[in-house]
Amino acid sequence: MAVTVKIPTQLRAATGGDAEVEVAGATVGEVLDAVFDAHGDLRERITQDGDLRRFVNVYVGGEDIRFQQGLDTAVSESDEVTILPAVAGG
Amino acid sequence: MSVESLKCKECGETYELGANYACERCFGPLEVGYDHSGLDPAEVKRRIQAGSQGIWRYADFLPFTGRPQDPLEPGLTPLVRADRLAERLGLEAEVWIKNDAANPTHSFKDRVVAVAVAKAQELGYKTVACASTGNLANAVAAHAAAAGLDSYVLVPANLEEQKLLATGIYGTNLVGVRGNYDDVNRLCTQLAETRPWAFVNVNLRPYYAEGSKTLAYETAEQLGWEVPDRVVCPIASGSLFTKVARGFQEWTDLGLVAGGQPIFNGAQAQGCSPVATAFAEGWDVCKPQKPETIAKSLAIGDPADGPYAVEQARRSGGAIDSVDDEEIRAGIRLLAETTGIFTETAGGVTVGVLSKLAERGAIGAGERVVVYITGEGLKTLDATRDSFQMHEIDPDLDSFESEFDQQEVVA
Repeated sequence: MAVTVKIPTQLRAATGGDAEVEVAGATVGEVLDAVFDAHGDLRERITQDGDLRRFVNVYVGGEDIRFQQGLDTAVSESDEVTILPAVAGG
Repeated sequence: MSVESLKCKECGETYELGANYACERCFGPLEVGYDHSGLDPAEVKRRIQAGSQGIWRYADFLPFTGRPQDPLEPGLTPLVRADRLAERLGLEAEVWIKNDAANPTHSFKDRVVAVAVAKAQELGYKTVACASTGNLANAVAAHAAAAGLDSYVLVPANLEEQKLLATGIYGTNLVGVRGNYDDVNRLCTQLAETRPWAFVNVNLRPYYAEGSKTLAYETAEQLGWEVPDRVVCPIASGSLFTKVARGFQEWTDLGLVAGGQPIFNGAQAQGCSPVATAFAEGWDVCKPQKPETIAKSLAIGDPADGPYAVEQARRSGGAIDSVDDEEIRAGIRLLAETTGIFTETAGGVTVGVLSKLAERGAIGAGERVVVYITGEGLKTLDATRDSFQMHEIDPDLDSFESEFDQQEVVA
C-alpha cells in the first residue's frame, strides 16, 4: 500500500531533492519509519529519542496528527502525509 | 555592520541572511543574530534620540545595514500612567499602558510588518503575503499598498467584519479560508514553498519578529531609560512576548539601561490557551487546541513560539494566565472607563489578566507595571454590544429631564 509523503523544502537535501516520497505503512509511525529507511538522514533531523522533535508538524489529510492519535494515527492509501516546520505564524 | 546571520534557536546552526525560517538540521526556528560588540552605548543613545519619530530610530537593533525607506513608519506610541485603573484594582503599584493601537493600522502588527516589508524589498520580492488573525491582515495590506507591492492576505473566513473591511480597502487579494488560523497557517507554509512571495510570518518570520523588540525599546526610553519591574503582555504565537524580553535584554547587555529584567506575565483567552496550559502543567511543549473565543486575534491553537514563551515566563518569575469571554469584555470596559483607551478583545484579555494578578496579590506595592495594549476597540465592536444602554429620548426638555435627575441644573 503506497502512501504519499510530502517533504518540505528544508528536508529535500536528505531526499536527493525529492518533494514527495511513496512508501508503505498503516500508521504515521510506520510511514515515517519507511521514509527513514529510504532516506537515513531524515530520522535525526525530525525525531529525537523516537518522538517527533518539538518544532515538527505532521498532517494526515490536512489534519494535525496531535488532534488524532499522534504517530499511531491510521493512514490509508488515499491519504497524503505532510511534514512541515512548526515555526511559522503569529 | 551589526546584523550577522540567521541562527537556529534550538541547535545554534547558522545560515546566511535570506528568506529562510526553519533549521534544516532540527527544524528549529531561525532568529537574527547580531554582533553589538562594536556599539558605543553613548553614541547609540544619541543616534536614537536624534532619530525618526518611530521604530526606525532603533535601526541599530534591526536587521538592516541602514534605515529603510518607510512611508508608513509605525511606533513611538503613547505610554500613559493609569492611576485610576490601578486604583480600581486596589493596586499600590505604578501602572502604565503602552497604547499600541496608536499605530498606522491600529495594532502592534505595524511594527513587525514594517520590518518584514522593508526586508522583502531588500531581497527583491514584488509580492508580500501573510497568514493572519486580522490585525496582521490590515497591516500587510496597508504597508504593501504604501510600498507599491502586490499582496495576498489569507485569513479565517469567519473573521470579524471590521477586520475584513479594514483589509480589503487597501486593494489586496483578500483570501478567506474556510478553517481556523492554524489551517490558514499550514496552507501558507505550503504556499511559501511554491510561490515566489515574501510571507511576512513564514519565510520572513525571523525578520518580522524583530519588529516586536521595538516595543521594549520604546518602553525603556519612555520610562527615562529604565526597565519596568513587570510587564503584562498578550500571547498568541508567543513571538511578541519573547521578543519584548529580548529587547530589554539587548539594551541591558549593551549598558543602555541598568538593573534586572522585568517579570513577564502572559495573557491568553481561556478558549484558546495552549501556552497558559503548558505553563500550568509544567510542559516544555504546547498541546495544540481548537480555538473557541471572542479574542480572535489571539486564537492561535498551535503557537510557534509557545515553548519559548513558557520558558520566558518561568525564567522571569512570572506566569501565564487565561481569562474567559466575560472577563475579556469586562477588561475592555475597565480600561475604557479608567483610561479613555478603547481596546479590542486582545486588550480585554490583557487587562483581564492584570485584574486577576491584582486579585491574587501578585503585584507588589510600588512596582512599575507596563501593560501592552496591542489593538484597537473599533476592530472588534461586537464584543462591546449590549455592554451598556443608550438613553433614547424625544427632542424636548421634558423628555430629557424625565430621563435624568436635575442635580446638575444651573439656577
